[in-house]
Formats: sequence, C-alpha cells, structure tokens
Amino acid sequence: MCINFIGEIINIIVKVGVIVFPGSNCDRDMFHVLSDVFDLNTQYYWHEKGLPNNIDAVVLPGGFSYGDRLRAGVIAAHSPVINDVKKLANKGIPILGVCNGFQILVESNLLPGVLLKNESLNFMCQWTNLIVKNNKTPFTNKLQLNQKIPIPIANGEGRYYVDSQLMHDLKKHNQIVFAYEDYVNGSVEQIAGICNEDGNVVGMMPHPERAAEKLINPLDNKPSSLIFESLIHTLGVKN
Amino acid sequence: MSTYVVHVIIENKPNISDPEGDTILNDLVLKSKNYSIKKIRVGKILKFTIEATDKKKAEKTVENICQELRIFNPLVSNIVIETKTN
Repeated sequence: MCINFIGEIINIIVKVGVIVFPGSNCDRDMFHVLSDVFDLNTQYYWHEKGLPNNIDAVVLPGGFSYGDRLRAGVIAAHSPVINDVKKLANKGIPILGVCNGFQILVESNLLPGVLLKNESLNFMCQWTNLIVKNNKTPFTNKLQLNQKIPIPIANGEGRYYVDSQLMHDLKKHNQIVFAYEDYVNGSVEQIAGICNEDGNVVGMMPHPERAAEKLINPLDNKPSSLIFESLIHTLGVKN
Repeated sequence: MSTYVVHVIIENKPNISDPEGDTILNDLVLKSKNYSIKKIRVGKILKFTIEATDKKKAEKTVENICQELRIFNPLVSNIVIETKTN
C-alpha cells in the first residue's frame, strides 16, 4: 500500500495473497470475492513458493488439502509457504484461515486448539448463525459485538476443542472471535472462530466468501461483507 | 541392520469424546446383546517399516518422527508404540 501526493491511498498496490494447496477448492471463490466484489489486488500463491515480504494480507482458503489425509490440515501445515506465513504473522500482517485454512493454521501452531470430527461424524453443509465475540481483529473491526452473521458451514472436521487451561488463556486474551448461535457440531463453548494473542491471525470454520454477495446469500449478505470490509478498513484502502 | 515394523496406535485421550466408538458400542455391539463390552474407543494405526540397528533405536526414530511432524496431535491424542521384527 502507498499514498499518493494528495494523500489518497492507492489500492492497486495493496497485495492480498490467496494460498493454494493441493486440494484447495475455495481458492477461486475467495479470489473472486476479494478481487471482483471488494476490488482488492489479489494474487494466488502456490504452497511450494514463497510469499513476498511486502504482502499486506494473506488468506488460506477452504478445501481438502491433501484429501484430509492423516488429519485435516496437518500435511499442508508442513508446506514451505507456512514458514513465510509465520514470518508475516509475527510482523502483524492480517492472516485469515477459512475452514481448511483454519485447520492448517491450527496444525501449524499459528492458532491454539484443534479441530476434531463433528460430533455427528457427518460432513455438515448448512446455514448457521454466528455471533461476533471480538470486533477488534483486522477481519471484524467493522462488525458490532454480538452481531449476528448468517453464514454457511461446510466441513467434516469442525468441532473446535481446547482443554480448560487453553480455554482460560483464550478468554483472558479475548481470542474467541466467533461463536455459533445454536449448538451445531459439539465445538467447545460453540466456538466457530478464534484469533492469536495479537489478534492479527484469525481462523474460522464458516465460509464468508460464500455469504458476502446478495446473489448467493438468501438471508443477509451484509454481515459477511463486513468481514472483508474490515480488512479493507485495516489496510486503509479507499474503495 | 535389521528391518522392524513399528506400529503407532493413535488414540484420543480419555477425556475426548469418541462418537464413532460410542456408535459402534451402542448401535452394533450392545444391540447384538454383547453386554460384557463396556467401552469401545476408535483409533488409527500406522505401520512404519524401518531399518535400524536395534528395536529401541527403531522405536525412538519413529517416535521422534511422530512428534516432529505432528503425526498425532498431542492436545487430544496419545500414541502407543509396538514393534515387530520383520
């Protein structure tokens, strides 16, 4: 990102990276929403390649990296690109992991906890309501606390779990970002999304990229749009 | 050097619910009137075929691999290592 001589921020220079792993299948949806709907300069990055130092935000999209073999996200967590994601995370760059991206962030130790098989053992594909629990992150700062977000989930391993000690830490550092309004899959305290201690790394199981456009959201696309508008606000881009 | 087959059994810790084990117990085993069965836990087994100078080294190597590469998630799972000489 840079500012021109009259003080306008030039958004074309802002760079958002969407990482593609073998088995990612929401990368194009995410790319479309970031670039076509929210006008962000977005690029794909293959998981074997490095990320540029001047990248402004990174998204790990949903899908089934490595076919969920061994455990969802664990093999992708050893991809070369993850070292760069860790460096960027330490620099405070906003990082968002959605669904499988969340699982990869957890398995990379960028976020605490684990995502177990849903209590029903079924792949769950349905609309849910999220409640915003932390609106201080780069992806939630345009949302209101306790705001409701109608949004779809689509996962088999989305049951978030932490032990009581980690739960204590999560609460202490305000790391619970989203909770399901209703009992969905057995997640501890109905957690649907969390962040790291610094708040710049956020993981969520539901899919904001499938809910941010009116055309594909029969309920209300505005709250999911605010997740992306929060990022735009964080990056200081004028749309 | 000998060849060993090191079995790694990954099982969720006792406090982690196991809906698959519960379903097998309640809807298959107990419905078949096998009332002596009190609990079933589902796990995963990985068999590593490894060349090593002795069994202890074979097991240690496999255990290190499991920990370094997060073959199991230590937050929720334990591993049991058993070895068979090939």
